[in-house]
Amino acid sequence: MTSSSSNTLSRWSTDDLLCWLLRGMAMIASTIVMLIVTFLIVEALPVLRHVGVLRFFTDPSWHPAEGFYNLTPMLWGTLFAMAGSVLIATPLGILSAVFCQYYAPTRLARPYRRLIELLAGIPSVVYGFWGLVVLVPLIGEIHPPGPSLLAGILVLTIMILPTIALMADASLANVPQQYVRGAAALGLPRWAMIRGVVFPAAKSGLFTGVILETGRAIGETMAILMVCGNVVQTPSNLFDPIRTLTANIALEMAYALGDHRAALFMSGLVLMALIIALTISAEWISRGRIYG
Amino acid sequence: MVEVATQQPNTREWLAFVLVWGSAVLVTATFCWLLGDIIWHGLSHLSWIFLTAPPENAGRRGGIGPILVSTFLILGVCLAVSLPIGIGTAVLLVEFTSDHSLFGRLTRRSLDVLAGVPSIVFGLFGNAFFCKTLGLGFSILSGGLTLACMVLPILIRSTEEGFRAVPSNYRLSAAALGLSRTTTLFHLLLPAAVPGLLVGLVLGVGRAIAETAALIFTSGYVDRMPESLLDSGRALSIHIFDLSMNVSGGDANAYASALVLIILLLIINGTVSWLATYGLHRKIVTV
Amino acid sequence: MYRLTQIFPQKALGSFVVFLCASYLGIGGSATAQTSTDQLSGKLVITGASTLAPLISEIGKRFESLHPKVRVDVQTGGSSRGVADARQGLADIGMVSRAMKDEEKDLYAYPVARDGVGIILHKDNPVQALTDDQVVAIYMGKITNWKDVGGNDVPITVVNKAEGRSTLEVFLHYFKLKNTDVKAHVVIGDNEQGVKTVAGNRNAIGYVSIGTAEYDESQGVPIKLLPTGGVAASTETVRNSTFPMSRPLHIVTRTSPVELAKTFIDYAQSRAVHDIIKQQYFVPLVD
Repeated sequence: MTSSSSNTLSRWSTDDLLCWLLRGMAMIASTIVMLIVTFLIVEALPVLRHVGVLRFFTDPSWHPAEGFYNLTPMLWGTLFAMAGSVLIATPLGILSAVFCQYYAPTRLARPYRRLIELLAGIPSVVYGFWGLVVLVPLIGEIHPPGPSLLAGILVLTIMILPTIALMADASLANVPQQYVRGAAALGLPRWAMIRGVVFPAAKSGLFTGVILETGRAIGETMAILMVCGNVVQTPSNLFDPIRTLTANIALEMAYALGDHRAALFMSGLVLMALIIALTISAEWISRGRIYG
Repeated sequence: MVEVATQQPNTREWLAFVLVWGSAVLVTATFCWLLGDIIWHGLSHLSWIFLTAPPENAGRRGGIGPILVSTFLILGVCLAVSLPIGIGTAVLLVEFTSDHSLFGRLTRRSLDVLAGVPSIVFGLFGNAFFCKTLGLGFSILSGGLTLACMVLPILIRSTEEGFRAVPSNYRLSAAALGLSRTTTLFHLLLPAAVPGLLVGLVLGVGRAIAETAALIFTSGYVDRMPESLLDSGRALSIHIFDLSMNVSGGDANAYASALVLIILLLIINGTVSWLATYGLHRKIVTV
Repeated sequence: MYRLTQIFPQKALGSFVVFLCASYLGIGGSATAQTSTDQLSGKLVITGASTLAPLISEIGKRFESLHPKVRVDVQTGGSSRGVADARQGLADIGMVSRAMKDEEKDLYAYPVARDGVGIILHKDNPVQALTDDQVVAIYMGKITNWKDVGGNDVPITVVNKAEGRSTLEVFLHYFKLKNTDVKAHVVIGDNEQGVKTVAGNRNAIGYVSIGTAEYDESQGVPIKLLPTGGVAASTETVRNSTFPMSRPLHIVTRTSPVELAKTFIDYAQSRAVHDIIKQQYFVPLVD
């Protein structure tokens, strides 16, 4: 009797220990964001004191050397590039996951998956390089100048596709076999089964994939910088060059001093605000059902 | 009416079939174009000497030996830090925290935000925090830690998905048998969650090995053979970036380095999936 | 331990595992390595302009071979970082790829080389020369078609540099333009990006470092350099100071340099490195 009670006692303490260990890890993981935000605010503070928040949205243009700090065109640039690429990449990625799981012969599915895994690891510089040398001249032939919102959207699509495709693939693979067998037993055709049974069951994973790819699309820097033209303007069509907030930081940080440098950190803060807004709206759309 | 009802699903099925195959072909074609471009330009410069020799003349000639070593070390530090923290956090979020508790929601939100932080911001942050505040300087350690912050959300998210996929009757049966949660975790849940974890690992390694902006400010630019983890070491992606954007006449070696990076990735991904199919299945059976 | 790392380069890949162990132990080892007193030893950290980084890196390598106990760590990141790091003492020497500004007079600046800024067009563009007024009109958006300056009937694509870049400052200063007046279609960062943008667009006009452009032109990249103010753009005219658009490349220190830093700066300014400067497509200073 005593031995069994001491057993339960020690078992409880291992569980407790584990729980606290895990909590510690989670704390580390979640404080990183706080650290980053604090760091950005501290660095942006000088320009906020001199200029104020409002002028970042009302100034006539972005010419920090001459004291103009308007960020709105770049905010639009970021949003358009993100929306365009997510709109193309999401269906493409999910369909390619469906291909992998339900349409492709096994012999084809494996190398296909390997291919997409490979793409997840190609440096953005390589994508950007390819975009600059191959894609941009091609677009330039159709509608000059070439570096444009369209080029940005296409390169971003290719870059974020592996994220959504692999996440979707994993979540489709996790759909319990009974569901699929049940549907098949009911005589449902393949697509009807996927649409009616598999997608609802894999909803959480698909949604996670979309959030991750959107984050990646907002945060992408180097490739965008190489293909988008980087002109600070609100684009009026797909062939207009744009500059995103990330490209703004990467382009000018190397040579920025004083208020200019602080203003670039302000671009970083705006980006963070954008991402926080995205997360909140994702939560609002799903109303918590996603994680249930 | 009956005719319409039977007709419609058929058209729909056919359309879906075309769409699914079409997108797969489109994706494959785009990537073959891209990969073909790299292989075409890079293969002729690839040799054993290229892999082992140090770079000369700012990388236009010579090889990438020290750069490969630095890349491995950075990746090693990154995974050694991010894997335990990532898996731990995922376990906590799925198994030990209610989905609607404040702590769980806050952690999840902050991770979502972290996933969207631009890599250049990671770079500047890493430079300020690891290099200056913690005093690690430009080093492989700083670079690896910065990358660890970067891949954490990806790792956690996909591991979480893996845990979610484990049927709840596993947990219930384990609890009914009187197993402690620690035992359940290590013997039942972790092995079952491995597929999700592996996707995260592949995505995370991919992101880490491809990272440029975050490493320029943390692990640095020095292309000498590193002598310790506190030495600065140039990663492969930075080398590619420098050769293609900053060094005129570096394109040929940039392509070759990109090819090496892709082969490296192929090896890593291959090993991971081999582990998944052979190494871990056995474990589940024996337990 | 130290012997290990010295044998290492010859057998680079073969002894990966040994190396990994060695490098972990090396954290403790490297700190004590700088204590020996004979002649020069220690570590020199140099940060700053990406334009200068490959050059100083190569000079550093030769300096290391002359003084085996010295380590020169070069980090890239931009002129402003060179200034900031040198001021805060994070780096022993900063690299600045432009003339020093008035507010930077507190730093000790040493020019090591010169670099010209030349206007480039696509090779197929029939325009052979532009007057200064025409360039100004093109960049201000008053001339938007090549036919107005003797070319084909196609719109002009104006390529400009990002705010703060020193090539931009040199360009604006020579043409007496304000960046707010420039109507650009493409804004670029590094020189190679400019070359690749113009090479990929028949109707583009841009300006980049002359050394870069000259090298790429000789390698068959379809671009051409235009004369500025009637002077042909080449490293030769930059060398004899007849070319009007050029910039000095500096290395800077916070205090008057002593010992190691002084030896290095003297070396970087000496004739012994002129071949490296030419190799990196910059112009050595005439002494």
